[in-house]
Amino acid sequence: MNPFVILFAAIFTNNIALTYFLGMCPFIAVSRDLKTATGMGVAVIFVMTLTALFAWPVYHWVLVPYHVEYLQLVSFIVIIAALVQVVEMVIERFSPTLYINMGVFLPLITVNCAILGLALFMILRNYSFIQSMAYAVGSGVGWMVVIVAMAGIRTKLVFAKVPKALEGPGLTMIIAGLMALGFMGFAGIVNLQ
Amino acid sequence: MAESSARDTVAGAVKAAPRARKVPLTQREGWKQMVKGIWAENPTFRMVLGICSALAVTNKLTNTLAMCIAVIFVTTASSVTVSLLRKVIPRRVRMAVYTLIIATYVIFVDQYLKAFYPVISEAMGPYVGLIITNCIIMGRAETYASSNPPGRAFLDALGVGLGYAMSLIIVAFVRELLGFGTLFDHRILGTWWEPWVIMVMAPGAFVVLGLYIWLLRGFQMRKH
Repeated sequence: MNPFVILFAAIFTNNIALTYFLGMCPFIAVSRDLKTATGMGVAVIFVMTLTALFAWPVYHWVLVPYHVEYLQLVSFIVIIAALVQVVEMVIERFSPTLYINMGVFLPLITVNCAILGLALFMILRNYSFIQSMAYAVGSGVGWMVVIVAMAGIRTKLVFAKVPKALEGPGLTMIIAGLMALGFMGFAGIVNLQ
Repeated sequence: MAESSARDTVAGAVKAAPRARKVPLTQREGWKQMVKGIWAENPTFRMVLGICSALAVTNKLTNTLAMCIAVIFVTTASSVTVSLLRKVIPRRVRMAVYTLIIATYVIFVDQYLKAFYPVISEAMGPYVGLIITNCIIMGRAETYASSNPPGRAFLDALGVGLGYAMSLIIVAFVRELLGFGTLFDHRILGTWWEPWVIMVMAPGAFVVLGLYIWLLRGFQMRKH
C-alpha cells in the first residue's frame, strides 16, 4: 500500500485517538489550554517517529530471526523508555528553551499508550519500514490535530454554563464522541487495514 | 419478649466487640482500602484512569470480561511482586523495574489468551499488550504497593481491579445491548430491535462513558 495513503489514513480516517482510543489519559489531562496541548502534540510526533525508526528493525531483524516474537512487548517498552530518556538529555543539553517548553511532557510520554499502540499496530499489520514510518508520522500528526482541536474547544467552553457534575472529564468525553462522529465523515475516502 | 431480644442484642454486641477488636488493624485497613478502590476511588469513573481499554474493548461483554480478568490478574500479581521487592528496588530506577514486572505478567496473559482463547485474543488485538501502559496498574504500584506489605497490597490491587471491572461491565452492558441487541452474544432484544450501530463504534463509546461519569459525579455531589 502506498505510504502516502497510510499517512493520510492515520491522520483522518483511522485517527489513533478517535478510532482506537489510544493516548486518552493525556488527551483528557493536558487538553486544557492550547499551548500545552501543542507542546504535548509535538513531543508525541517526535517520539512516535523515533519509536517506529527503532522498533521496526528490532522486531524484524532481531526478534523474528531468533523466534522470540513474544518478547515484543518488553523490547518495545524498553525502547520507548530509553528513547524518551535520551531525547530528554539531548534536548536539555542543546536547547534549554525547548527543554523548558517540552521537557515536562517527555516523561509523561513513556506511559502514553499511543506510542506502544503504534508500535504494536505497525507489527500487526505487517507494514514495511517505509510504511511504518509513514504510519508513525501520520499517527503523531493525527493525535496532535485532535488534542489541539480539543484544547481549542475547551478554552471556549470556559465561558459556557455547564452542569457542575459534567465539568471536566465527563464533558471532554462527550465532546470527543462528537469529534469522533465528525471524523467518521472521512470514512470511505481511503480504506486501511 | 422485646426486652429479652434487646438484652440479647446488647449481649451479642458486647460479645462481638472484643472479637472485632481482635482483628489486626492492618487487615481491617486492607479491606477498607479494597472497598475504596471499588467505589469511592473507582479508577475509571472517579479518577478517569485506564480509559483507553475501557473504551476499546467494551463493544462486547465477552471481550470486556476477558479484559477485566486480565487486568485484575496483572494488577494483583504486579502489586504483590512490587510489595515483596519494595525494600530491594532502588528508588531511582523504580519506574523501570515496575514496568518490567508489569510487562512480564502481561506477556504471560497475552500468551495464555493466544494459546487457549484464540478468538478472544484476535478480537482484542493489541489491547492486551496495552495493559502495560494502563496507568491504574502503575499507579497502584507507585502509590500503594511500594510502601505496604504484600497482604494489603493484594487487597488494594484487587479492589481497584474490581472497581475497574465493574465500570467496564456497566459500559459494555449498555453498548452491546443497544448496539447489537445481544448480551454475551445471546439475543435479548427481538428482531423488532433496530441496532444502534453507532453504539458499538467509537462515538458511542465516548458518549456512554461521558454520561456515566456525569451521572456518578452528580450522585457524589448530591451526597456532599
